[in-house]
Amino acid sequence: MPDAPGLELIRGEIERDRPGAVLATSFDRGQAALIVDPVQVIDVLTWLRDTPGQRYRFLSSLHVADYLPAEPRFGVHYELLNRDRVERIRVKAMLADPEGDALPEIDSCVELFPTADFQEREAFDFFGVVFVGHPDLTRILLPEDYVGWPQRRDFPVGGEPVTFTYNERNYG
Amino acid sequence: MEVERRTLAAKQRSARDMLRGDLEGEDLDRYVEERVVTTTFEKMLNLARSNSIFPLTFGLACCAIEAPISIVTARYDLARFGAEALRASPRQADLIILSGRVSIKMAPVVRRLYDQMLEPKWAISMGACSSSGGMFSNYAVVQGADKFMPIDLHVPGCPPRPEAVMYGFTKLQRKIQGNPDQGWRQRYNAAGTEEWARGGPASTPSPEAAEAYLAARELSLA
Repeated sequence: MPDAPGLELIRGEIERDRPGAVLATSFDRGQAALIVDPVQVIDVLTWLRDTPGQRYRFLSSLHVADYLPAEPRFGVHYELLNRDRVERIRVKAMLADPEGDALPEIDSCVELFPTADFQEREAFDFFGVVFVGHPDLTRILLPEDYVGWPQRRDFPVGGEPVTFTYNERNYG
Repeated sequence: MEVERRTLAAKQRSARDMLRGDLEGEDLDRYVEERVVTTTFEKMLNLARSNSIFPLTFGLACCAIEAPISIVTARYDLARFGAEALRASPRQADLIILSGRVSIKMAPVVRRLYDQMLEPKWAISMGACSSSGGMFSNYAVVQGADKFMPIDLHVPGCPPRPEAVMYGFTKLQRKIQGNPDQGWRQRYNAAGTEEWARGGPASTPSPEAAEAYLAARELSLA
């Protein structure tokens, strides 16, 4: 894990090669994160993977979080790992929720990291984030005919109401 | 004809005479009375069925450790009740134990397995999850397996102990024999006090449920 000054050095180097790609950095509880422009996220991942001295060549996790009611709403998180130095760095791309029924879009990184295939499908399955360029973006865990994106914060929890003593009068 | 009780030694003597062909007249009548039980074919068939159940080798979640795995081991040994032969194909099985939560993706598969089983067939819903959804009150889990298939018996617990499953199994056997237990309502003479979850405390049951409960009440009062 790069420390806070190390993270700023990485940010400076990316800024030199890819101006405007990194929007901010975050160093919290010893975990380094780069908040990047969603349009250039593939550039940043490529840079972190291929630049000598960085070589974060393993994508240990790709996941999405819903930060509702914050804006932009969706955070796509890439957890990168350098297995020689056992260093981790997190790349976050924040996506706004488009108007209407449109889904948020971000470029797929399956070309860079083949392991992202299933993880992007899972993120699509539960959050409805579209990974543009993914070879087969279909539901992976939920039934194929499922409607909705159940891990979004505005999705109803589901199940059935249960009558307990404290809410008995609501269902009586 | 009143049959007087005889000692085992006397019975053995008469059996020996019978085999030798020496038993005649009243002695022969008594011999037959002692050894032959008359019943209906239905009852005999149900007795045979209830003591030769083939459960399906089938596990859904954590309850599977307790039910299909533990109860056939030497410590619990379902073979004592005549159900030691677990079948790996639904076409050979006549009991399915839903051991765990049924997700909405798994429900069509479970239903298909149940449909493939040959009649007569029975289903036990084991544990809180498959009976009511349990702790998983969410978008992914079916809230009670009887929403998509008929269930004969619910075993409560999270998970139920293997002993509880076997107790439920013996209850199922009594049900197959046509003499189902009515539970605490029978013990406390409380048939007709059922509450109906669908519409709250003051509501009435559906016509089918009312009919079934009347039948059950007659059984429990008989």
